[in-house]
Amino acid sequence: MPRMTMIEAIRSAMDVSMERDDRVVVFGEDVGYFGGVFRCTQGLQQKYGRTRCFDAPISESGIVGAAIGMAAYGLKPCVEIQFADYMYPAYDQLTQEAARMRYRSNHQFTCPMVVRMPTGGGIFGGQTHSQSPEALFTHVCGLKVVVPSTPYDAKGLLIASIEDPDPVIFLEPKRLYNGPFDGHHDRPVTPWAGHPAADVPEGHFVVPLGEAATVREGSAVTIVTYGTMVHVAAAAAEETGIDAEIIDLRTLLPLDLEAITRSVRKTGRCMVLHEATLTSGFGGELAALVQEHCFYNLEGPVVRVAGWDTPYPHAQEWDYFPGPARVGQALKDMMEA
Amino acid sequence: MPMNDRLSLHVPEPEVRPGDKPDFSRVEIPEAGSVRRPPEDAEAESMRDLAYSIIRVMNRDGEAVGPWAGSLSDDEIIEGLRHMMTLRAFDQRMLMAQRQGKTSFYMQHLGEEAISCAFQKALKPGDMNFPTYRQAGLLIAGGYPMVDMMNQIYSNDADPLKGRQLPVLYSARSHGFFSVSGNLGTQYIQAVGWAMASAIRQGTEISAAWIGDGSTAASDFHAALVFASTYRAPVILNIVNNQWAISTFQGIARGGSGTFAARGLGFGIPALRVDGNDYLAVHAVSQWAANRARRNGGPTLIEHVTYRAGAHSTSDDPSAYRPKEESNAWPLGDPVLRLKNHLTLRGLWSEERHRQAEAEIRAEVIAAQKEAERHGTLHAGGKPSARDMFEDVYAEMPAHLKRQRQQAGV
Repeated sequence: MPRMTMIEAIRSAMDVSMERDDRVVVFGEDVGYFGGVFRCTQGLQQKYGRTRCFDAPISESGIVGAAIGMAAYGLKPCVEIQFADYMYPAYDQLTQEAARMRYRSNHQFTCPMVVRMPTGGGIFGGQTHSQSPEALFTHVCGLKVVVPSTPYDAKGLLIASIEDPDPVIFLEPKRLYNGPFDGHHDRPVTPWAGHPAADVPEGHFVVPLGEAATVREGSAVTIVTYGTMVHVAAAAAEETGIDAEIIDLRTLLPLDLEAITRSVRKTGRCMVLHEATLTSGFGGELAALVQEHCFYNLEGPVVRVAGWDTPYPHAQEWDYFPGPARVGQALKDMMEA
Repeated sequence: MPMNDRLSLHVPEPEVRPGDKPDFSRVEIPEAGSVRRPPEDAEAESMRDLAYSIIRVMNRDGEAVGPWAGSLSDDEIIEGLRHMMTLRAFDQRMLMAQRQGKTSFYMQHLGEEAISCAFQKALKPGDMNFPTYRQAGLLIAGGYPMVDMMNQIYSNDADPLKGRQLPVLYSARSHGFFSVSGNLGTQYIQAVGWAMASAIRQGTEISAAWIGDGSTAASDFHAALVFASTYRAPVILNIVNNQWAISTFQGIARGGSGTFAARGLGFGIPALRVDGNDYLAVHAVSQWAANRARRNGGPTLIEHVTYRAGAHSTSDDPSAYRPKEESNAWPLGDPVLRLKNHLTLRGLWSEERHRQAEAEIRAEVIAAQKEAERHGTLHAGGKPSARDMFEDVYAEMPAHLKRQRQQAGV
């Protein structure tokens, strides 16, 4: 089986989808000839031509608005916003138009569209190349929100997203593009090669939306997380020796509540973990759901570990990013509580 | 320009306010028939003058003159008059229904009937309009049943949108009428995307984008022009300049630009300015743009110059910001009366036929209204099920919505 980085897996997902369905079109800033600033669309224009994969003007609302019109026509656009930090000009189109098209038109018009956006920090990206805006999408009814953490999932989830009849926000943790990252920024970068989830089938397969993955079984505490933090959580569990069960949500909306509650009922403890800022972050929703559904199983309060409530800083990157030390300490505190 | 020590902010104001005498002396109106008709494949650069003039067909006497005349047969013109009269009668009944509490809200088209009614006749089945809330003439002229429009306005149990949407935010895919959104300007770029899709698929359909003068200030207007220009999308970019955005006069959106049409020129898009109260001119210009788009000639921008004679909506009182008699002073007159005069002059219509048509149309509208009201109005009779509230958020209802539907007890 071929080995792929997350970039290659994402590219392969679009390649497979474009090959199978000529209604799939790919566009965005620098996406065409150049193949994307992260190389995610490299070669697609050469293979499928300029009307299937093309460069777009620097206008996020234009990219998303045009894609909505294309989806209404019957295409399946898979568009790129260069950084999730730059999705805000498209927020009106995403939340008021794409998300509500099926509802407000009584399914006369639908929006089978994917909006890919590199997300997350850990790359010295500063304030506008590091944000994790997922909570701004999970609050919007009508959208689906997906965050992969491995090449295998990235490909399977992206193909599933492209084939999905609803608009999908596909957040790609750019820190994971070239290799898994557990928060140990002082160690050499590990490539995906050698990681079991870097074995990615060449052809078509899907990872269904709405299904979480248990990436580490454990009995002491449940860590509910996604994206880069899946790898940080695994490192923290190994380093503290605390037998944590790690749930990679993969899809934040709709949520695999069953996987979370099953685990928390078993462990009796729950940490929710994300890079995004704490207040009103997606972790708040997760914590509330866990206490609603697992109140009598909980042996302590649900703990949230998240980015601080500040803009994402540059020089203070590793004081901001919730790395294995902070997660590990929180795990220890939970077990002692 | 006077030299000052300090800067000062320029805030445009309309010439007149309530209590003042209406003044449209700033609106330059060329003679009917005086504006040239370029070939449909003309370069945008070669027709810059048309963005600063007004294409008109019907002269003061009601004659159709000049190079833009003759795009419609006699029967089609008569049909056009009936469409405009129908829209006006529909508006009157729905305004009254709102005052009677049968619906929460309504928006009329008074004075703008020619634009959407004439435009629709330039389209073909399969083409798609991306309208605002003030283009119901596209539905009337497109043969969409009035009773379905009323069912939507009443949010009753036959509402095609299941009571989910505010009155007049219709959606009628079968009639080439895209779902209207409350968020202004958003559909303008979507129309461009739809047209791009048609071109990508090597289809034959074109699209029409619609926006008001006020909403041209929205960023999606700009995005739409960039995309339409870049990809030469087969789209007609309509701007309905009715002089008013609720209480805000058009100068606030237009700024120093001579006309709204002129905005197209900066994007390399051919721009036409048309007398929006001249049914024949609107049709001819729309047909020109549609032909151009169908022949892969790319986008055209059309500024329809008109006047919003009625209140912005049933929640608005224009006497608070503009002279009450301003609509009477509007130099382009009334679209219905002008087409009526044209047909009468040519012996194709008469005062008697007009009165008879008015009576027939009123009867049709009342019959539709009775049928709609049999299904219910907003606060009385049949209404959509509360279960419908949870449907269509997604293609398949996810678990959390199923739980909420259960909690709601429906």
